[in-house]
Amino acid sequence: MKQFLAFVKKEFYHVFRDRKTVLMLFGLPIVQIVLFGFALSNEIKNTRIVVCDYARDAASQELITKMEVNRNFEVERSLMSQQQLEAAFKTGDIKMAVVFPANLNSDLQHLHKAQVQLIADASDPNTATTLTSYMNTIIASYQRDLLGDNPIPYQVVPEIRMLYNPELKGAFNFVPGVMALVLMLVCVMMTSVSIVREKEKGTMEVLLVSPFNPVFVIISKAIPYFVLSVVNLVIILLLSVYLLGMPINGNIFLLFGESALLIITAISLGLLVSNSTDSQQSAMLISIMVMMLPTMIFTGFMFPIENMPVPLQVISNVVPAKWYYIIVKAIMIKGLGFSAIWKETLILVGMNVLLLVVNIRKFKTRLA
Amino acid sequence: MDVVIKTEKLTKRYGDFIAANELTMDVYAGEIFGFLGANGAGKTTAMRMLCGLSLPSSGKATIAGYDIYKETEEIKKHIGYMSQKFSLYEDLTVRENIRFFGGIYGLPVRELKEKSEALLETLGLEKEAKTLVAALPLGWKQKLAFSVAVLHEPKIVFLDEPTGGVDPVTRRQFWDLIYAAADRGITIFVTTHYMDEAEYCNRISMMVDGVIKALDTPANLKKQYNAASMDDVFYELARGAKRKAD
Amino acid sequence: MRTLRFLLRKEFLQIFRNKALLPIIFMAPVLQLIILPLAADYEVKNISIAIVDHDHSSYSRELTAKITASGYFRLSSYTATFEEAMKQIESDKADLILEIPKGFEKNLVRENKQQLFVAINAINGTKAGLGGAYLSTILASYNADLRTQLLPPARFSAAPVVEVTSSNWYNRHLNYRFFMVPGILVVLVTMVASYMCSLNIVKEKEAGTIEQINVTPIRKYHFILGKLIPFWVIGMFMFSVGLFGVGWGIYDIIPAGSIALLYGFLAVYLVALLGFGLLLSTYSETQQQAMSLAFFFMMIFMLMSGLFTPVDSMPDWSKAIANCSPVTYFIEVTRMIILKGSTFADVKYHFLAIVGFAIFFNTWAVLNYRKTN
Repeated sequence: MKQFLAFVKKEFYHVFRDRKTVLMLFGLPIVQIVLFGFALSNEIKNTRIVVCDYARDAASQELITKMEVNRNFEVERSLMSQQQLEAAFKTGDIKMAVVFPANLNSDLQHLHKAQVQLIADASDPNTATTLTSYMNTIIASYQRDLLGDNPIPYQVVPEIRMLYNPELKGAFNFVPGVMALVLMLVCVMMTSVSIVREKEKGTMEVLLVSPFNPVFVIISKAIPYFVLSVVNLVIILLLSVYLLGMPINGNIFLLFGESALLIITAISLGLLVSNSTDSQQSAMLISIMVMMLPTMIFTGFMFPIENMPVPLQVISNVVPAKWYYIIVKAIMIKGLGFSAIWKETLILVGMNVLLLVVNIRKFKTRLA
Repeated sequence: MDVVIKTEKLTKRYGDFIAANELTMDVYAGEIFGFLGANGAGKTTAMRMLCGLSLPSSGKATIAGYDIYKETEEIKKHIGYMSQKFSLYEDLTVRENIRFFGGIYGLPVRELKEKSEALLETLGLEKEAKTLVAALPLGWKQKLAFSVAVLHEPKIVFLDEPTGGVDPVTRRQFWDLIYAAADRGITIFVTTHYMDEAEYCNRISMMVDGVIKALDTPANLKKQYNAASMDDVFYELARGAKRKAD
Repeated sequence: MRTLRFLLRKEFLQIFRNKALLPIIFMAPVLQLIILPLAADYEVKNISIAIVDHDHSSYSRELTAKITASGYFRLSSYTATFEEAMKQIESDKADLILEIPKGFEKNLVRENKQQLFVAINAINGTKAGLGGAYLSTILASYNADLRTQLLPPARFSAAPVVEVTSSNWYNRHLNYRFFMVPGILVVLVTMVASYMCSLNIVKEKEAGTIEQINVTPIRKYHFILGKLIPFWVIGMFMFSVGLFGVGWGIYDIIPAGSIALLYGFLAVYLVALLGFGLLLSTYSETQQQAMSLAFFFMMIFMLMSGLFTPVDSMPDWSKAIANCSPVTYFIEVTRMIILKGSTFADVKYHFLAIVGFAIFFNTWAVLNYRKTN
């Protein structure tokens, strides 16, 4: 036991003496939380739209005022020809044009019908859809105003209640995802590189020749990163609760327990990577190139998994982070207990067992 | 005789620590000059200065006639270098290594081709021309590395513990190569821990605690210190050293 | 220049001989480029709705039918109690609940007004917002239908109607792939070019082979060029495979603008990127350090580049940081040229920025890199 602790101590020194790596290990989660919490958002803000007002009457004025009131976009009034619009779109200056035809008001009054044209720069479909939707809402609101005092008979009014996240804070969706991402990436990368480095340098052989079970050698390598990840987790939780206003509605021990499970899964994955390659360069590249984007995407916090084509949805099931994301949301935000997430937990445990078996097999064949 | 290396009070300081202290020596063309010293004595520092790898703090020196401060690029063109730590690219083949080093030293393509073939023949490596250097036994690597280092017929070749870890037969063969190069007029500047190799040199210098404590032929040194072998000379001189190994 | 030629030969030989690396450089990015755009789709479809019907009237059934027929929603459950529906939400089987109160049909006719209760899982704010909006639209439409049913048909509607025609330029079908593929391609090329370059240099540092180079007539700039050029070539190649092989071949993305312009930008962008990799390598002693630094910066660059979320939506301080990254500019330019056919005049400021980055990073890196100390 004493010798095992000696190994662990040595590994801790390795990790903490490398300041640049430590910067990354702790800095990255903090940066991500700040970014996701404050900077990254799918909402559309500060977009420039241009209004081509050929009507210049009460109706168009009313509509323009409504648009200007909405803080999400900057309205610019300018009469642009088709060519000018194209040019403006091409430089990325504006994202949408609203065209009011001449006689808008009189058409509405006398013909009871008028057309308004929306032209969206759909190179970014998300922005286009959202802006179109905003515009539609504004126009619909104007229409309701037009109806004025006529009481509408047979009104069906929906009363909408937002569950779990009444203020629609983006952080609620992102933070569990960031937790999953950080724990996964950091553990896989660092563990795999740490083990492969010893292989590359040849010191692994020295360790293997020592009287200790190689399993303990490996575990000793994993422990600092386990501890680091737990510390990271605490930092992330503190930041999200105090800086971003996220709740922890469920049992915090359950949260830590499940997190520990994910960390172990990630470490096992890192082990698998290290068993599959002989150079640090490969280990790093595999961890980064092969794991980063897929983990980000298949966890489901950036893009909804139900949107993906079925084969990809199946693939997402293989990504441990996806299950962890569900678990964290359930515990932190919905405040549910173990009974709600036992299935996901079981899947994670199953993944761990599988990884363990594969790792032991691979390790044995290497030694043979 | 031509002096190929001339240093005058060459010094390298790192803050308060004087790694190499006022080294003054002359090395002649075509001689095999052994540069000895205990670990930490300042050998590596001195050699790095002479190779143009590090700028001296003070003192003067010319290598192959070029000034050590102002003409380092010229120096590099006229020297060769081989170290124990590394000399050839392990992931390139024998022929690729020869071609690379010959090429960057400015050998014209045709001459390069002729010389590589000749080299392969001399070393008996024709069959291994397409083998990765990593697959060669250490002794062959060393010999190849040396040959590559002198391929461009430099004025001086610097050898940093070139025969470490190699069996005695191979070491002997290595020194045959060194003699052959010296006969062609190439000055050999070699550091070593093997005292029998010290005997092969024309002259020896010993560094202790950053200073050159002795510089003479092996015979004279043995007489001077009343020693039976270079081993004993070394022991006499290095015994009082205050600095521990690097 | 001779020296450079020999140096480049050696570098290329070494890179391509590394059997483990090649699949990672080539296959992994291509695979990701094929798969990821399929996954990256913000469009909100397939929202699951749990309907709690306390009324069981023809109106409530009509409403249910309308909702399920709309194409936006999947019916996850049709239950009698709210608790059961809540369970659906808790287990993520439903995204929202519509509760129709008892006596809905009767009371609507009698009292002229009825309320429906909607509860939405708002953890994903965007999804919740859009889901709510869709449902409201359907309800409004249902309401209008109902009104036409109940009111005398001869009544001439005096209410003015504003018709909205919307057209989508450059991407008529709002195809997300067109938007994501160029962006992901840029990110992949960025990752490979900068990581590989900085790792490669640091590997030599670690192995001590740089000393050997230092003793030879190879000058500082030879060495640096020798490290940058191979990865520049690889970057260009990767981009081409991605753009033509995957973008064109699989996703039918045909660049609307000048391909020459795109490649011109790419060339300068790669120089900037490799300069950055070089810079990182000068601050790293070991491969692990280089990797950590590269990963740290790449993550930040990638997240802030506008790849996933729009730069415009960021607060000012964040926008300033985003503008300090070459990735942001290049992703925008790529999208502009490929989707909108923007010309040089449109992107000249971007060009200046990327050139600026190239000069800045490379100068800093070269100054840092000392052959003789």
